[in-house]
Amino acid sequence: MSAVLGFLHRAFVVLALPVVLFVLWYVTSSSSTSFYFPPLRTILSKFHEYWLGDGFTRDIVPSVLRLLLGYALSCVVGVALGVVLGLSRRVRTAAEPVLEFLRAIPPPVLVPVLLLIAGFGSAMKVTVIVTGSVWPILLNTVEGVKGIDPVLDDTCATYGITGWRRLTQFVVPAAMPQIVAGMRTGLSIGIILMVISEMFAATSGLGAAIILFQRSFAIPDMWSGVLVLGLIGFGLAMLFRVFESAVLGWYEGLKGLERQ
Amino acid sequence: MTSEKPLVEVTHLNKVYESKGRRVEAIGDLNFAVGTGDFVCIVGPSGAGKTTLLKCLAGLLAPTSGSVTVGGSRVSGPPESMAVVFQEYGRSLFPWKTVRGNIELPLRARGVPASEREARVTDALEAVGLADAGDAYPWQLSGGMQQRVAIARAVAYQPDVLLMDEPFAAVDAQTRADLEDLVRRLWRERGLTVIFVTHDIEEAVYLAQRVLVLSSSPTYVLDDVAVGIPEPRSQVDTRVTPQFGELRTRVYAGIQRAKTNAAKASA
Repeated sequence: MSAVLGFLHRAFVVLALPVVLFVLWYVTSSSSTSFYFPPLRTILSKFHEYWLGDGFTRDIVPSVLRLLLGYALSCVVGVALGVVLGLSRRVRTAAEPVLEFLRAIPPPVLVPVLLLIAGFGSAMKVTVIVTGSVWPILLNTVEGVKGIDPVLDDTCATYGITGWRRLTQFVVPAAMPQIVAGMRTGLSIGIILMVISEMFAATSGLGAAIILFQRSFAIPDMWSGVLVLGLIGFGLAMLFRVFESAVLGWYEGLKGLERQ
Repeated sequence: MTSEKPLVEVTHLNKVYESKGRRVEAIGDLNFAVGTGDFVCIVGPSGAGKTTLLKCLAGLLAPTSGSVTVGGSRVSGPPESMAVVFQEYGRSLFPWKTVRGNIELPLRARGVPASEREARVTDALEAVGLADAGDAYPWQLSGGMQQRVAIARAVAYQPDVLLMDEPFAAVDAQTRADLEDLVRRLWRERGLTVIFVTHDIEEAVYLAQRVLVLSSSPTYVLDDVAVGIPEPRSQVDTRVTPQFGELRTRVYAGIQRAKTNAAKASA
């Protein structure tokens, strides 16, 4: 009984503010005649009409697929490279200037360049996403691996836990709290770059659709696109939390105890 | 001793740390041997190079000169037949693995088949009195229990030599007494060879058959004390015998001498 009540209470706390804001927006905008700020009612009807219809397969699916592909690549490259750099001071010293240079380039700047090289297709957009979201993952992995406990490392050595087993059973799990923090930042950056890469030159995708609506003065449609982006970001953040508590359950438990 | 060669042999061990313009001789000239089935405690004043010695024994640190052999072969990396229990139990267990997972990992690394792993882990957990804690995470356990897990991991590994680095320095006195008796029992029942590093003189005398007293750095063996206290020993009775008192005094005097010598040397 108290568990049910507790759940309801939590659900209330979590949902109260969004509901209030939604209602407030709905009510205050209901009699709006402004061209740029149409009533939420109108936006929602466009939302229903386009995004739950043609727009879903035309724009949402390709955008999200590109994002997931780019993000997955960022995670793999970031963690793999980060482990190598974190474990070897020599490699780190050699690679640092190049990495600092590459990191300093704002990824949107690369869009025109990559357009020339990779063309208008998905490859360009995925590349832009990777060039942005790989950095927080890479740098956090390096820090996490650098910070592995020497006593645990000695433990591995004495028990013959070496090579690949040491990497998968010790180095990566030990760095995981920081890797996950990097992945979270990388995901937000990935979403931003997904949109930006589609705004320049694209015929499909959320960014392309929103720009197209804006240029044709279909303001309610444009707003509905912004709403979709918000919802996708929210949904991915929720999924990320599930992932986080799955891989870092031990860490949260450990921190929880230390705080007591 | 019936075997012709000692299990662990330290010969003219010397370790010098060198960094920019600084040369620190941690270990001067160490010589000792440990036979199969021995329980040897190593004590010394703080700064006696105990940690350095332990790392050389465990193959985690290369000596500057001299050698360590285990089972007749020279140590150049961590020997396969040795298990180590570190002082910092909280940092030597994998927090992302359950107790079972922690004990099992070294067995996996050594290619022990699954069914035998299972049996060894269960046996080791029972041996340290944690039969029901297999599915817990280490951080859910008390400090003493965590050190029991580290001991169980070492026992399941079935080493020829068990090396312990001040393993009970961070637990409270009562837990410590329990853990001391646990290690003695495991040593007797399982025919282990134990090398136990500690700074606690009474602990050394209570546990060991033999106590090596180290000098201050650069380290050599100052005294080699045979502890003839009969078995079985008990926390209550053994510690009040005159024999225990004499041994403690002898080891204590040795350590005091080491400190005075060190003070003279640096004066």
